[in-house]
Amino acid sequence: MDKIVNAMGDACPIPVVKTKNAIKEIGAEGGSVETLVDNEIAVQNLTKMANQKGYPVQSEKLEQNKYRVVMTIGTQTEPETEKEETEAVCIPDRRAGNTVVVISSSCMGEGDDALGTVLMKGFIYAISQQDELPATILFYNGGAKLTCEDAPTLEDLKSLEAQGVEILTCGTCLNHYGLSDKLKVGTVTNMYVIAEKMTQASLIVKP
Amino acid sequence: MADEIVFCRGGGCTAKLGAGVLSRVLSCLPKGPHDDNLLVGYDSRDDAAVYQVSDDLAIVQTLDFFPPMIEDPYLFGQIAAANALSDIYAMGGEVKTALNIVCFPEKMDLNILGEIMRGGSEKVIEAGAALAGGHSIADDSVKYGLSVMGTIHPGKVYANNHGQAGDVLILTKKLGVGIVCTANRVGEASKEAMDEAIQSMTTLNKYAAEICAKYEVHACTDVTGFGFLGHLHEMLDGRLSARIRARHMPVMEEALHHADEFLLTAAGQRNRNHTGPFVQFQNIPFAMEEVLFDPQTSGGLLIAVEPVQAEALETELQKAGLPASIVGELINRTEPEILVV
Repeated sequence: MDKIVNAMGDACPIPVVKTKNAIKEIGAEGGSVETLVDNEIAVQNLTKMANQKGYPVQSEKLEQNKYRVVMTIGTQTEPETEKEETEAVCIPDRRAGNTVVVISSSCMGEGDDALGTVLMKGFIYAISQQDELPATILFYNGGAKLTCEDAPTLEDLKSLEAQGVEILTCGTCLNHYGLSDKLKVGTVTNMYVIAEKMTQASLIVKP
Repeated sequence: MADEIVFCRGGGCTAKLGAGVLSRVLSCLPKGPHDDNLLVGYDSRDDAAVYQVSDDLAIVQTLDFFPPMIEDPYLFGQIAAANALSDIYAMGGEVKTALNIVCFPEKMDLNILGEIMRGGSEKVIEAGAALAGGHSIADDSVKYGLSVMGTIHPGKVYANNHGQAGDVLILTKKLGVGIVCTANRVGEASKEAMDEAIQSMTTLNKYAAEICAKYEVHACTDVTGFGFLGHLHEMLDGRLSARIRARHMPVMEEALHHADEFLLTAAGQRNRNHTGPFVQFQNIPFAMEEVLFDPQTSGGLLIAVEPVQAEALETELQKAGLPASIVGELINRTEPEILVV
């Protein structure tokens, strides 16, 4: 069954409401709904609905202040219920591997700082080579130096960032060390985010 | 009854011209001689104009008016007034005087106008200001609002674009009133949702602003016609970026439902067209996207506050009965400008 909806002169959301009613009338047998509207924004709102509902949609400008939007409603055996089930899924949880690495010093371990610096560089490199990358790496206090100009760790961190790892450095710490304009990788963050990242982490790694 | 149908046909801040169109026109205006005392003018796209008159005194000026978004003229008057007064609060000012702006059809029942203006003056009184006059013209549709004057210390102006990287963002009212009013016009909104929307729209931002004055607020704006994301985009001013946490966003539940039914305004889509290119959504449901673009009538304040004070401010706002919530933070300029997670 095909339907024509005249929504000329109607303000949003009336064109959408009329079109939805027409789609309801078509029901499970499928068909097309052609909606006429007088402005481009209404075309966009109709197109948005069609895209969300998965209806193929085409639109064209017929003349000044006259547009046609055609949606194709497929034949559906179980129309509404199935749709609603898929919509109800909403946000897929991708936080399965929400690992957060916390770097609070430019050195790894205690004893000899020169050794600690070498170890930290090695650690960041090793992280970048893991099969499962962390979601976020937090840098604070002495750790803030590792994301700044001339740090030996920059290259590996940039590679991690390019692969989607969030690199966050504490802004207060950058200020403290006078590094505010030296940050070379990732973004500046605050204690609120640092605390949130840690409390919501599935695993915290602290060298 | 015939009058009532004409009375409300999609008003409030959904009736605003799109930001895109507007900035094209504004950019073509001739610029007069520069006046140092004009602290906030066109250039900053701020909520209100601020003009310094002495070392410790500046005046804040704004006006706002729109067609009815609900059927009840008295409540419409309250909402229009609360919305107009809000711009003064968003600058950190104190409201002093207000003038009525009225467009009304000659043939319509004058009692309706009386109700609108009664609602408006009640809000002006609640704001602690004096209603000092007004101007009315015969028009083919109803519009109402206020021109408002307030005062402020020149050093304590909350520009909407003085946020700093690291600042925490707080929103003081729920989003979604535009969608709920739209759903109501086609008979889909529940009474509870409409009551909640009206309650929200008639709440003065005065109370939120008074609390803010005790904290180190770097930037503030009220969320109105351009929607949450549009006003946030203006706050970022091309030099900052923001990360927004959608699950912390104060939202009217029913607005999400109506958004999924595509009861959306033209203004919401215009907002998407204008601000959408600056926004990246990460696993955000369609309905939430729409609510974030939804034009708000008499919406809440969007505040950028010193990070260490954010939680105390959020708590104090909540204690005052406001649905305020920390919704994200400002960061140094990056891509995308606005990331919603």
